[in-house]
Amino acid sequence: MTSVDQAAPSITPTGILRALAVLALCQLAGELLTRGARVIVPEIVFPGPVAGMLLLFGVLCLRGRMEPDLATVSSSLLGMLSLLFIPAAVGVVQYFPILAQWGPQLVLAVVGSTVLTLLVTVFTFLAVERLVKADRK
Amino acid sequence: MSGVWVYLAASPLLWLTLTVFAYVVAVGIFERLGRTPWVNTVLLATVLIVPVLLLTGTSYDQYFAGAQFVHFLLGPTTVALAVPLYRNLALVRRSLLPITVALVAGSLCAAASAVVILLLFQAPTEIVASIAPKSTTAPIAMELSRSLGGLPSLTAVLVILAGITGAIIVTPLMNALRIKNYAARGLAAGVASHGIGTARAFQVSEIAGTFAGIAMGLNGAVTSLLVLIWLSLGAA
Repeated sequence: MTSVDQAAPSITPTGILRALAVLALCQLAGELLTRGARVIVPEIVFPGPVAGMLLLFGVLCLRGRMEPDLATVSSSLLGMLSLLFIPAAVGVVQYFPILAQWGPQLVLAVVGSTVLTLLVTVFTFLAVERLVKADRK
Repeated sequence: MSGVWVYLAASPLLWLTLTVFAYVVAVGIFERLGRTPWVNTVLLATVLIVPVLLLTGTSYDQYFAGAQFVHFLLGPTTVALAVPLYRNLALVRRSLLPITVALVAGSLCAAASAVVILLLFQAPTEIVASIAPKSTTAPIAMELSRSLGGLPSLTAVLVILAGITGAIIVTPLMNALRIKNYAARGLAAGVASHGIGTARAFQVSEIAGTFAGIAMGLNGAVTSLLVLIWLSLGAA
């Protein structure tokens, strides 16, 4: 794994638990915040864990440093991100009947749209980056 | 013998073990084949698990009773994206404008292109509405699908499909185009293929993973904003 093995200083069981507690606490705060925000603006959908990520990011920026334990635990979790999507992917079995009817068109639309989105995103990024660089010179 | 099976099938442990085991096998095959992008570990593990469920007559609910412990970690792991984001702060800050513009362009393209393709096939409105949010993470996509008049369960399937498609295609596509900017590649993977694209990006490089994570995190918000604008235009 690329990023996982780089951060491997000595970690303690307490350090691991502390890191997990920080992640859980941020998620909890994020969930509460987004649920609170939806009471005020019901139309905006924002996921609690993403709000939690922004919170943790803000805290790290403010403190200007990060515990090695948090880095290690986070890298380990992100290193097995694929595993975490398996239960949802297996859920596709439930919908074989819906897929059967519109299957080919849906597959074509998803594949076509995905390729197009990859191209539009990457070329927009590169073009804007080039403009910004030219502007700075 | 059948008593043992009754215990096993009802126990969450069996399905949790199967999930982790299938993942380990999938990663083993991925490594053995030289980490080729054509082997997607999410897809491969799913293909290993589904026949077991079908052969044993296990319902998805029964399976999920065990698999939910793995699924649950998605939340804290999303929070953990803050760590690579913080570690690559300088690069992210320098790329703020390209990130923003590419995110909005990609988000718009992800929804509009899928809708247009289905309209060309004259698909029914509820199916067209179901595909629009397919590039966002599942909980957001299902909610947006509902507000657009789509079928949330169909959307959940399309989200997985979009995730796996992008995760498999992104590396060969970018290599063919000789694009070596891993920030741009990662962002594209995250916009088109949310978390599954992000998982793939982390297999390639931390920079790609970081930018994919940003895209995954913000694409949901951008898409929900686009849907909001769309709905208010329709109401006007």
